[in-house]
Amino acid sequence: MKLKRMITIGVMGLGLAAPVAAEDFTGTLAKVAESGVITIGHRESSVPFAYLDENQKPIGYSIDLCMKIVDKVAETVGKDLEIKYVPVNPKTRLALMANGTIDLECGSTTNKLSRQQQVEYLATTFVTGTKLLVRKDSGISSVADLGGKAVALAQGTTNELAVKAAVKELGLDVKVLPVRDHAEGMLSLETDRVDVYATDHILLFGLISKSKNPDDFEVVGDFLSFDPYGLMVRRNDSAFELVGKAALADVFRSGEIDAIYSKWFDPLGVPATPLLKASFTLNALPE
Amino acid sequence: MDYNWNWSVLWDETYLGWLISGVQWTFAVALAAWVIALTIGIIVGVGRTLPSKPIAFICTTYVEIFRNVPLLVQMFLWYFVVPELVPQDIGRWMKRDMPNPEYVTAVVALGLYTASRIAEQVRAGIQAVGTGLTSAAYANGFSVSQTYRYVLLPISFRLIVPPMTSEFLTIFKNSSLALTIGLLELTAQSQQIAEYTFQGFEAFTAATVIYICIALTATLIAQLLERHAKIPGFVEKT
Repeated sequence: MKLKRMITIGVMGLGLAAPVAAEDFTGTLAKVAESGVITIGHRESSVPFAYLDENQKPIGYSIDLCMKIVDKVAETVGKDLEIKYVPVNPKTRLALMANGTIDLECGSTTNKLSRQQQVEYLATTFVTGTKLLVRKDSGISSVADLGGKAVALAQGTTNELAVKAAVKELGLDVKVLPVRDHAEGMLSLETDRVDVYATDHILLFGLISKSKNPDDFEVVGDFLSFDPYGLMVRRNDSAFELVGKAALADVFRSGEIDAIYSKWFDPLGVPATPLLKASFTLNALPE
Repeated sequence: MDYNWNWSVLWDETYLGWLISGVQWTFAVALAAWVIALTIGIIVGVGRTLPSKPIAFICTTYVEIFRNVPLLVQMFLWYFVVPELVPQDIGRWMKRDMPNPEYVTAVVALGLYTASRIAEQVRAGIQAVGTGLTSAAYANGFSVSQTYRYVLLPISFRLIVPPMTSEFLTIFKNSSLALTIGLLELTAQSQQIAEYTFQGFEAFTAATVIYICIALTATLIAQLLERHAKIPGFVEKT
């Protein structure tokens, strides 16, 4: 302890880094600095963004990016942080963020203006949109074929709104089965309870890769929505938000993002689109 | 906590409609399941006390299985596993063509689960009547069915009114688990409102208040019923 303090003082003296005293932090940073714990909310079946590995430990693209932010936060507050994981789902993530249970949400959350009334988002980390996952022999190739079919939709997602709107526009009669999560949506499709599970197209590839018979399923249709993903932080906490922004800018600027991206998306055969690359470039803000 | 409160979402036509529809589904599930639970629960509860060993054994097995497996697991079993176990045609019918599969499954699961709990209340009620009256009935030449019809059931049904009240309240609360298999009852609707409007705290408050109102109303009715059903001298109330 004494040694650590001496080193800190030494470092400060050298002017290489200037850790600020805990009482100078506000909001989440103050909380983290005081407790030494940062709480991450993660999804459990959003492959490859945030899901559980064989040891029930959360892993994924968003988790890796969050670790970069955690490192930056640790550097800012000047101490090692213990990471606490809290599983969230589309229905709980906003409330848990607003009430302070989680400090950072690492999943596959679409950045929407209406959601920004309650939470804040960091830079876009992925761009996707709603598509349909069907059995290859289903004969469904777009939303227009959904008449009389059963569709599973995860409650409270942008996909739910998008599919319902598209179906309404075409005047189709579709049976909707509300499900809680991607895992349950996929289970409903695999057990033939529904013909279609609709969610962000990248997640559909993840679900196929994790299914028992990946060859039975395919992703069809046009994009039904525009879903830019962002890591979620608390609203009105610009100090913490800035640390997050800086951490992501570092990752984008240094090109580290390419390695992280390849690690999670190459197995799915999904290269980064020019749009996503442009987004990375735009958010690689200079120091 | 940094949160933008907005209670007016609850009076928005769409969301108010969702809440009302949620309340309707909650009642529909709870009441239908209650009918199943009462019917099967009484049969099984009586069965456990019968002198016939095989019947008592079957009924005890029922109670132990349905009471000891968590309701949530039972819901999933009925919804996802049972259709895979039955012949394919029936399974497909259960999954696709059965009207309101979520509703039917929820009612069956909740009904059979609650039946095991009611069976225990009924058994306790019958045993509370005491061996004295039972022996007296047999000594007077009553058959088993006459003993139950004229002595045990009339007394025990009046004895178990208070514990049945709490079972009745529990079935309303347990009906919220139906949301896990996609039934949009009260809790599910409030979660849906939370996700659409991001006003989660308002939506959950509304659901809480509605559940409390249902519970208080049921308790009030139950108290009237209790007063009416009370057997003077059997259960002393001070």
